[in-house]
Amino acid sequence: MTTTPTAVANVGADLLADAVADQATPVTRVDWRPPMTGTEADLATVAADPLRRTANERALAAMLGVTATLVDVAPASELLGLEAGQFLHAGPPITWDRMSGPLKGALMGGAALEGLVADPEDAVAIFESGANVSFEPCHHRSAVGPMAGVVTPSMWMFVLEDATTGRRTYCSLNEGLGKVLRYGAYSSEVLTRLRWMRDVLGPLLQKAVRGSEPVDVTGILTQMLQMGDEAHNRNRAGTLMLLRDLSPAMVTSGMDSADVAETLRFIGGNDHFFLNLAMPACKLALDAARGIEGSTMVVAMARNGTDFGIQVAGTGDEWFTGPAQLADGLFLGNYGPDDANPDIGDSAITESAGIGGFAMATAPAIVRLVGGSVPDALATTRRMHEITLGENPRWSVPVLEFQGTPTGIDVSMVCRTGILPQINTGMAGRVAGVGQVGAGLVTPPAEIFPKALARLAELTRARA
Amino acid sequence: MNTPPSLTHVELRAGAYADSVTLLQVSRTVQGLDGVLAAQVAMATALNIEVLTEMGFEVPAEATTNDMVVAIRLAEPDALASALAGVDQALRDATRRVDGPTEVAPPRTTSSALRRTPDAVALVSVPGANALVEAMDAVDAGRDVMVFSDNVPVEQEVALKRAAAERGVLVMGPDCGTAVVGGLGLGFANVVAPGPVGIVAASGTGCQQLLALLDHAGVGVSSALGVGGRDLSSEVRGASTREAMRRLDEDPAVDLIVVISKPPAADVATEIEAYAASLATPVEFALLGAGRPDLTAAAESVLRRLGRDVPAWPVEGTAAAPSGGTALRGLFVGGTLQSEAKLIAADALGADAGHTFIDFGDDAYTAGRAHPMIDPSLRLEHLARAAADPETAVVLLDVVLGHGAEADPTALLAPAIAAVDKPVVVAVVGTEGDPQGRARQVRTLAEAGAEVYLSNAGATRRAIELLGGTK
Repeated sequence: MTTTPTAVANVGADLLADAVADQATPVTRVDWRPPMTGTEADLATVAADPLRRTANERALAAMLGVTATLVDVAPASELLGLEAGQFLHAGPPITWDRMSGPLKGALMGGAALEGLVADPEDAVAIFESGANVSFEPCHHRSAVGPMAGVVTPSMWMFVLEDATTGRRTYCSLNEGLGKVLRYGAYSSEVLTRLRWMRDVLGPLLQKAVRGSEPVDVTGILTQMLQMGDEAHNRNRAGTLMLLRDLSPAMVTSGMDSADVAETLRFIGGNDHFFLNLAMPACKLALDAARGIEGSTMVVAMARNGTDFGIQVAGTGDEWFTGPAQLADGLFLGNYGPDDANPDIGDSAITESAGIGGFAMATAPAIVRLVGGSVPDALATTRRMHEITLGENPRWSVPVLEFQGTPTGIDVSMVCRTGILPQINTGMAGRVAGVGQVGAGLVTPPAEIFPKALARLAELTRARA
Repeated sequence: MNTPPSLTHVELRAGAYADSVTLLQVSRTVQGLDGVLAAQVAMATALNIEVLTEMGFEVPAEATTNDMVVAIRLAEPDALASALAGVDQALRDATRRVDGPTEVAPPRTTSSALRRTPDAVALVSVPGANALVEAMDAVDAGRDVMVFSDNVPVEQEVALKRAAAERGVLVMGPDCGTAVVGGLGLGFANVVAPGPVGIVAASGTGCQQLLALLDHAGVGVSSALGVGGRDLSSEVRGASTREAMRRLDEDPAVDLIVVISKPPAADVATEIEAYAASLATPVEFALLGAGRPDLTAAAESVLRRLGRDVPAWPVEGTAAAPSGGTALRGLFVGGTLQSEAKLIAADALGADAGHTFIDFGDDAYTAGRAHPMIDPSLRLEHLARAAADPETAVVLLDVVLGHGAEADPTALLAPAIAAVDKPVVVAVVGTEGDPQGRARQVRTLAEAGAEVYLSNAGATRRAIELLGGTK
C-alpha cells in the first residue's frame, strides 16, 4: 500500500529532515557519526550477509530462553575432572611470562592450597619451569571465575543447569572482599579461609542445595534487578535471597550447628556471594548462542589481567584480544591509580548478558564509583541499548518504565557507533599478594571489535 | 614539656551512615584537601578497620559497624578544623541532588531510531560507503526506506534489494532524489494534489518534471515512488520497480501507473513488461533516451490515456534577441533535465556542434559540496563565465522547486540573469503548492529578462530556435 507515513527516521542530511518536519510529519533524527576507522567495508559485508538477521534473532532467542537453576555444589576435581597441577584462570588463554601480578598471586596461593608447595612463594619456580602444571581459561571448561578466576581441583563449585537441555556451567564460591585469592592475595589468612571453604562451606552448601528445591537463579536475578542490584558490583539483595532459599536445608543438614552458624554469618556478611551464581547463570544463557553461523552477537567478554578478549556467536571459539584497560574509579585506603592492575576477571559475562554495567540504571549507587550521578546511570543503560540486539523481557529496570535490560552486544553496532560496552568492576592490586585496591568502571579495548568484525566479514565472504 | 599536638585524628560518629560507595568518594575528596596527607571516612566494619589499621590509624575498640569512622593524617596540626569542615562538606555534597540532564540522547543508528518510532519510514543520506548498513537496519525492521545517498556500489544495492524482497520492504534508491509516499514528500519533492496517477521513477528530476506538468494539467498524483537510477539494470533487475508497481497496483486511488526510467536492459525489459501485464492497473512506460519521447511528451500521453485534455504548457517573459555567438550553454541542476536537453539539441543540431550541457548535480561537481539545488554558488559562477564568453549565443537553465530545494532560488539567480546580455531561457520545474511558490519564482525570472517555461523540452526547443537552428 502507499499509505502516508506517520513518521520518518532520518539519518544523514538535516536538511532532508527539515523538509519532512515542514510537512507536519514527526522526524526522529539519528545522531550519525562515521564508524570506527577501517570498518566500513567489513560492516557492509556483514550487513549484507543473508544469514545475519535470522542468525542474530536465533542467538538472542536462544540466550533469552535459558533458565538457570542451581542444582549442585561439588569439588572441581569431580565436576570438571581437574587434576593436581591443572589450574583454571579468568579471561583468554595466557602463559605465565605474560601474566599480571594478581593472576600470578592467585595461582601461587592455589598451588599452596593444593599442597604443591608449602609456601606460595615457592610456586614461582614451578610455574616458571612449567613442569607438571598447566593453565586453561575457565571458559574452556564451561566455567567462569571472578577476578583472577583461579580454580584448583579441591575448590568447590556451584553447578548451574538449563533444565531444557541439561547443559551445565560452573563457578567457584565467593570468598568475600579485601585480601582474597581472586584479587591476587595469598597470605595465610587467605589460605585459611579457602581451607574452611573447602572443608565446611562447600560440603554444607552441597547438603543444602541437594536438600532444597533447585534454586531458580535466573528468577532471583529478575527480583534483584528490581531491588537495586545490577548483579556485578552490587549483589546484596541476591545474596540475601539465596540465603533465604538455602537456610532451612542448612539448619536441618545435620552438620555441626557452629559450622552452620559460621556459614550463615559468612554468606550474610559477604554482599558479593551471589556474584558467583549470577556469572554462571549469564554464561549458561550466552553459551546457548554459541556457534550460530552468521551471528554477530558477543557471547563472552573476559579478561586475564593482561588481555581483554571477546568471543562471538558466529566465530566459534576464537578469542579476539587487546590490552586490558585500567578502571576509572575509587580506591581503598591509601591506594591510588598506580597501584591498580589492568582489568581482570570473567565477571564481564554479566555485561555480556545485559546486566552489570548495562543495568546501571537499576543500581544508581554504582555510578558514584566514578563520581557520576543518577542521570549518568540512566544514560548508561540507555546508551547500551544502542549496541544491543534486543531487550530481556524477564530482567527489567523499574525506573526506565520497566524496559528490559539491553541484551546481546552486536559487534557491528559497536563498530558503527564507537560505543563500548560499559563494565562495572573491582580493581586488583598490580603486585601479587596485595588484594583489592578499589572498584570502578572500565571498557574493553576498542580494537577488539573491528578484529572480530573482520573475521565475521571474512567468514561471510567465504560463504558467498 | 608539652606533648606536640597530634597529627592524627580519629573520631567515631555513632549513628551516622552513608553507603560504602559514597564514603569512598568522600574519602577521596578529603584526601585532596590542603594539609591532609591521608584520610579515610568509612563505616567501622571489620574490613574497614583492617584497612584503617594498615594505614596506621588506631580505631577505638568500642567501634561498631553502625559507627562512621573519620580518620585523618595531617601535614600540620592547624589543618584539622579545615579538614573536618571538608569532611562535612563532602558528605553533604555526596548526598545532594544532582540536576543533570535526564533528556534521552538521540539514537545513533537507524535501527535504534526505528525501535523508538516503529511506524517510521527511513530516509538515508549518509555517505555512500555507509548507506547500505543504515538502509539494512530498515529492511531488518521491515520498514520502507529511501536511500538518497549516491556512490553505493551496485553489488550492495543488489544485496539490499534482495533482503528487502524477502521482507516485503520497498527500497527507494540508492541515489533516489525524489519520492512522494501517500502525499508525503521525501528528498526533493513537489507538492501535488492526490489523484489517479501513481509514478515509479528511476529518475529524480524526471519525476519532478512529470509531477509539475500533471499538476498544471489538473491531474493529481497519489504516490511517486523512486527506485534509483540503476534499478532496471541487468544487475538489479527491477527489484524495486516491481515492488513499487505492486504497491501502486494495490492502491485503489491509482488508475494508471507510470514508470519513468532510462530504457531497461533488454532481458529486464521483458520481465518488467510481463510483470506489468499481470497487474490489474494499466501501466504506461515513459522510457527516456535517444529517439524516444521526451518527458513532456510522456506527460501528454499520460493525460490522453486518462482521457484528459492536454493544456498549453505555460511560458512567461521574453528572451532577449540573440547578439552573436554560436554556442548553446546549458547549465543544469537536474540530471535528467540536462540529458533531456542534450538529446533534443543533438537531434536538432547534431551531437558535436560545440554546445555544452553541464549537470551540476553530477558526482564530479558534488564531491565535498552540497547538491546545486541546495547550494547554487557553483552554477552561478559558471553562469557569469558563460555570459562573458563571446562564443555563448543562448543560455539554457533549469530551476527545480519543492521540498528540500533552496528556499528562494531566484533571489540570487534573477540578478545574475539580469546581468546577462544574451538570451536566457529557463525551465522552472515546480508547482504552485511548493514552498517557493512557482508563480512568484517565474515572475521574478521573467522580470529579470528570462523566458520561462514549465516544460524543460519546451525550453530547450526555444533555446535552439533562438540559436537559429533548424527547429
